[in-house]
Amino acid sequence: MKLSREKIKELKEIALICRRDILRMTTLAGSGHPGGSLSCIDILVTLFFAKMRHNPRQPKWEGRDRFFLSKGHSCPALYSVLSRAGYFPVEELNTLRKLNSILQGHPDMLYTPGVEVSSGSLGQGLSIANGVALAAKMDQRDIRVYVMLGDGECQEGMVWEAAMTSAQRKLDHLCGFVDYNRLQIDGWIDDIKSLEPLRLKWESFGWKALIIDGHSFEEIWEGLMEADRTNGKPAICIARTVKGKGVSFMENQAKYHGLALTPEELKRALQELE
Amino acid sequence: MEMLGTRDVYGKTLVELARENEDIVVLDADLSESTRTKYFAKEFPHRFFNMGVAEQDLIGTAVGLALGGKLPFASSFAIFLAGKGWEQIRQSICIPNLNVKLVATHGGITVGEDGASHHCTEDFALMRVLPNITVICPADGVETEKVIREIVKRRGPAYVRLARVKFPVVLDRNYQFQLGRSFTLRKGKDLTMIATGIMVYHCLRAAEELDKEGISAAVVNMSTLKPIDAPAIVTAARQTGAILTAEEHSVIGGLGSAVAEVVSQNYPAPMKIIGMGDFFGMSGKAEELMEHFGLTFPFIAEAARQLVKRK
Repeated sequence: MKLSREKIKELKEIALICRRDILRMTTLAGSGHPGGSLSCIDILVTLFFAKMRHNPRQPKWEGRDRFFLSKGHSCPALYSVLSRAGYFPVEELNTLRKLNSILQGHPDMLYTPGVEVSSGSLGQGLSIANGVALAAKMDQRDIRVYVMLGDGECQEGMVWEAAMTSAQRKLDHLCGFVDYNRLQIDGWIDDIKSLEPLRLKWESFGWKALIIDGHSFEEIWEGLMEADRTNGKPAICIARTVKGKGVSFMENQAKYHGLALTPEELKRALQELE
Repeated sequence: MEMLGTRDVYGKTLVELARENEDIVVLDADLSESTRTKYFAKEFPHRFFNMGVAEQDLIGTAVGLALGGKLPFASSFAIFLAGKGWEQIRQSICIPNLNVKLVATHGGITVGEDGASHHCTEDFALMRVLPNITVICPADGVETEKVIREIVKRRGPAYVRLARVKFPVVLDRNYQFQLGRSFTLRKGKDLTMIATGIMVYHCLRAAEELDKEGISAAVVNMSTLKPIDAPAIVTAARQTGAILTAEEHSVIGGLGSAVAEVVSQNYPAPMKIIGMGDFFGMSGKAEELMEHFGLTFPFIAEAARQLVKRK
């Protein structure tokens, strides 16, 4: 099954709205992580608006597919998608990181409808996704479990402990994404601690590994379809992405990992995202 | 004196509970023989997950199973569970306040010959500082069974510390464990000994010695370290005017600290904290180590004599 042209157009429009949300809410908050939010947003939009079975009016519906944001700092992307999907009013985005907000600086399941687990400390999401996938398997519940990992996050040893578990348990209803924008806080991953050869690493850990363009809805969709088709092993889509994608002066700049735009910069950025 | 292994009781109790409660699943990190989760694994192989030597993944997977509607018990040695898993416990169990039960065996120095790397005299401190979690160290095998049954009934994170060695049984079979409530095993008027784990036994022995000298020591089993039974501690300070604590744990951050937090702020009284000094253990037989590090009843009795003089 291919995505229709209309659907791709719709996803593109939503992603544009979400990019604007991400920049606006982080500038309003005066802090946050816009760079990595912009790099993973197209995948999140595809999951929430095209792929996953979920019901924003019943966030705890048992039959829902699950999405875990292991790279919790990219929560502006998740918050935007959740609000645009209807989990909570879009106006809440203006409260990001403020006292008593439902939108914490890093995701907290006790505060935000639609957030599946609290995260922020890197490395933990895949193990948790495995546990949920195992529980579903035990109960023969037909759900799919998705997890978004950061590329820098793959330097955490726990990711690879978990990767062994997913393969050992043949969790073929689990699909991971690596947001491979090649930048971590302190600079280029290849200068700090390279992940390469990343595809071979995942394959040697027993996974079906694909390399996709993380900003192409067609390729994201094809990755998801390939994951659906994969039997007996988990699948990972290593998504080539651009940190700060969509805003010329933010692209490939490590400094926008954890830096919000100034109001002037925001104005310029929003003009690019018309 | 009857001896019971707290880990043996844990293993058997898990199996009994699992027969009634289908949600119970168990995870271990390649130590199921030692933690006794092997009993469960044998009877319920499809509900048992051996995660290999990967404690962080053990915690994370348990979290996922809890989110998926299961009631996970995760076990390993205390230092590996509380130590290697600490930040995972904080981020993924305690912050979201999830229903994951952590049961650690091989707490303290009675681990013995394996030495400092395998001893654990830090777990009370590590766990007690985390919001949302309940921390329990049973006094004996009798209490262990009741503790394991009780934490199944209570939603939320729990950490239970058990031991490698068998403990003398100090509690009656009819004893009722109440989470968050201490239990007075012996009344006294000159000082109160508040102890946890194997040290309850040593305090009872010390109290017998002291009794011969005319020193009347109360002995309280403080198996729940968190939430601590503050009212009982204040009452003890008021009634006996001196508090001695005893634990198979560092004197920093454990039961002694928890009791001192209550005593100093509510009813200041002289205190003595018995525990492992600020150093690591070493290899030796369990009983030799207990004596070497000053945790047996003669040391407790001597500390009590000095404490009473300070009143």
